[in-house]
Amino acid sequence: MSSVTRKRQLGRPVSIVGAGMSQFGAFRDLTSRDLFAAAVQDLTAHMDQGIDVADIQCAYVGNYSSDLFEGQGHTGPILADWLGMTPTPITRIENACASSGSALREGIMAIASGLYDVALVGGVEKMTSLPTEGVTDVLASAADGLYEVPAGLTFPGIYAALAKAHMDRYETSLTHLLKVGIKNHQNGALNPKAQFNQSLRDIMVRRQARAKERGEVVPAWQDELDFLNDAQANPWIAWPLRLYDCAPITDGASCVLLVASELAGSFTDKPVHIAGTGQASGRPLHDAEELTSLSAAKAAAAQAYQMAGVTAQDIQVAEVHDCFTIAEIIATEDLGFFAPGEGPRAVDEGRTARTGDKPINTSGGLKAKGHPVGASGVAQVIEVFHQLRGEAGPRQLSNPNLELGLTHNVGGTGGTCVVHVLRRG
Amino acid sequence: MPDQPKSFTAASYNAYLKEGKLMGVACRNCGKLSAQPRPLCPVCHSREVEWRQFSGRGRLSTFTCISVAPAALGKQGYGRNNPYCTGIVTLEEGPRVSARILGVDARSPQNIPPDLPVALDLSELDPERPAPVFRPA
Repeated sequence: MSSVTRKRQLGRPVSIVGAGMSQFGAFRDLTSRDLFAAAVQDLTAHMDQGIDVADIQCAYVGNYSSDLFEGQGHTGPILADWLGMTPTPITRIENACASSGSALREGIMAIASGLYDVALVGGVEKMTSLPTEGVTDVLASAADGLYEVPAGLTFPGIYAALAKAHMDRYETSLTHLLKVGIKNHQNGALNPKAQFNQSLRDIMVRRQARAKERGEVVPAWQDELDFLNDAQANPWIAWPLRLYDCAPITDGASCVLLVASELAGSFTDKPVHIAGTGQASGRPLHDAEELTSLSAAKAAAAQAYQMAGVTAQDIQVAEVHDCFTIAEIIATEDLGFFAPGEGPRAVDEGRTARTGDKPINTSGGLKAKGHPVGASGVAQVIEVFHQLRGEAGPRQLSNPNLELGLTHNVGGTGGTCVVHVLRRG
Repeated sequence: MPDQPKSFTAASYNAYLKEGKLMGVACRNCGKLSAQPRPLCPVCHSREVEWRQFSGRGRLSTFTCISVAPAALGKQGYGRNNPYCTGIVTLEEGPRVSARILGVDARSPQNIPPDLPVALDLSELDPERPAPVFRPA
């Protein structure tokens, strides 16, 4: 019996009733515990009807590698103690960049099982404590250390190989990749929590102004594409991916409060329900079924759609795992939003912009909002939570009938994928 | 006396590389070939697997040229001004491996043709970090 045909339902419904996140960025003086405390304080400050931390019955926190980034293992109880939550049980979940998507799923299952009624789930990563080379090595350790890393493959390198395969097989071009970045930065410019709270045009103009101030030759970039095609301004990281094709190195934390849906009314009048949850594992790229797709994403999406009783066409807003620009294009194909190979055209036609029919990464995505790897999965959920509740501020979608959103959180290069379908209450 | 068959581990795989052989495993039950040594067939889950030597000929199915190198390659002089090529080689027997590609111009990746025929070259194997390496055939 295939995994998709098996009946998968929650034991009882689960809802999100609050959300909080730290500022995303590079913060020399902040550690994981400071960042996670900031996220939880943001949550408690914005609960519609308040929350006493003592009422939280369990917690799951996604974190990829505080061990390697900060020399701190066993991070869960440290965070619980810092928040005055002991002896509430807390469990750290590690699934690379899908750590907090997985933590959310664990919290959902803990409530659905009947064991708990109120769960805090979130994620945190402190990455800027290491130089870029060190971060490259830590991220590469999410790949297969025996059969990928010895070949010199890095995290951007594996996504670059996916991009090259996509370009060979379909009409995908370097410009399509750059356009994903331009779009996500435009969204990030409207998100005050984003690491890059600027459009790429803003960044370009600022660089030109700085060159002028210093009496240097002012680069003659006419527009964002001109800027992004300049190998000096936008150097290759792993061809065909350049600096601005990659999500940044980020410090940040995120959290949401989950409750049994029967109790949601005592926390808010505007809950967001977990309509579907799916998770799947996948193989290294050299053993993947296809070099242009992540099989775990397709399997996780099929599970989540089935549980929610919806199809890809029903999804009105989605946050997808754009750790690299090509990853967003492949995600929109794996999720069934567009046919294989049609993702780039959808970007060209503006269909994935905030004004398009399939708005993707209205938060700015990992690309502009920032990618504190262990915190990204729940940060995606926070954006969809705000969009469905109509409280996304200047980036709120104009559709007044938003009901269904989706999040797609990938660990490594497809070793893990977690998909959630969220429904407005 | 023939050699005792090696256990299906990375240590054995690396030992074979040092002997100049790219070895994987074949499932005696369903015929599935794997380029990485597994004690269990990933398709039919049979434990009846055996070592199989690959010819070392294949095609470069996709690749990247990396300018931000991991520490180990940075120490060898690779990086911003000296990118290196690595990718996915589809062996002529079918399975794929991740491997460094030498003998191509990593500064001009757009000139590396799709599905470039490549052949295994273990002549410069680093015994501390054994890994398959290919060159244009």
